[in-house]
Amino acid sequence: METIQKKAEDITDELVLVQAAKKGDLEAFSELVKRYDRNVFRIAQHITHNEEDAQDVVQEAFLKAYTNLAQFQGNSKFYTWLVRIAVNEALMKLRRRRSDKTVSIDEDVETEEGSMPREVADWSPNPEQLYGTSELGDILKKTIQGLPPGFRTVFVLRDVEGLSTEETAEMLGLSIPAVKSRLLRARLQLRERLAKYFKSKRSGDGQP
Amino acid sequence: MKCKEFLTELTDYLDDTISVSMRVELEEHLHWCHDCKVVLNTTKKTIEIYRHNTLYELPEKLRSRLQEAILTKCKSQQKKQST
Repeated sequence: METIQKKAEDITDELVLVQAAKKGDLEAFSELVKRYDRNVFRIAQHITHNEEDAQDVVQEAFLKAYTNLAQFQGNSKFYTWLVRIAVNEALMKLRRRRSDKTVSIDEDVETEEGSMPREVADWSPNPEQLYGTSELGDILKKTIQGLPPGFRTVFVLRDVEGLSTEETAEMLGLSIPAVKSRLLRARLQLRERLAKYFKSKRSGDGQP
Repeated sequence: MKCKEFLTELTDYLDDTISVSMRVELEEHLHWCHDCKVVLNTTKKTIEIYRHNTLYELPEKLRSRLQEAILTKCKSQQKKQST
């Protein structure tokens, strides 16, 4: 009950800030920046793989949001609207850096790595403790970076940022079944790739 | 139920968005299928690991610099719009 109430308060509070910012109150807009800049940065880094690009995305997304605030109708949450802008900016950056210009969130990528699990050895009971913090961070980054952009974006929004399927669909302009299908494949592919680092020594042929 | 069908339902099972009857069917399958049980547990673990280990934290120094840059740009945008 308490959390529902808290959530409702946050949303009302957010609307008040947005209304004030629409009237030109920069203090109010600054509050919105402080509230979401870390999330936008994380999402942008996951998509672009590049810190400089992620910094640009944070700046451009907030500036674009500010400039277009009048168009924000309040049918969705401000954060949903903001992330949608940020994801588009991030994909544009990614396209610019890649030789193939076809990076898209809505193309349904059939990767060679199908969805049928091949690795069925169990993992160590505490896989995270097999590595030091920074080594673990590197493994996790490397692994998620290997996924197609559409898959890793859905995984980041749903499983890392904890957003709902509906919110993710709205942010990415995808249908709910499309979000679900990408999420399943992202989860299975990450699992498959992490297995080589985390599987139990007893059941596999040891660590890589 | 076959393993392939189990996999199709895996995401809804993990997110707890399936019907009671489907849950019963999945759990029955898990009861005898060791491979699907491993896939379920390790997928759960995959999600937990990514959730618990925050990658790409924004360093405070960089954060204040970005906030400042954003507000400066917004201010000049405001001026442009009012003239």
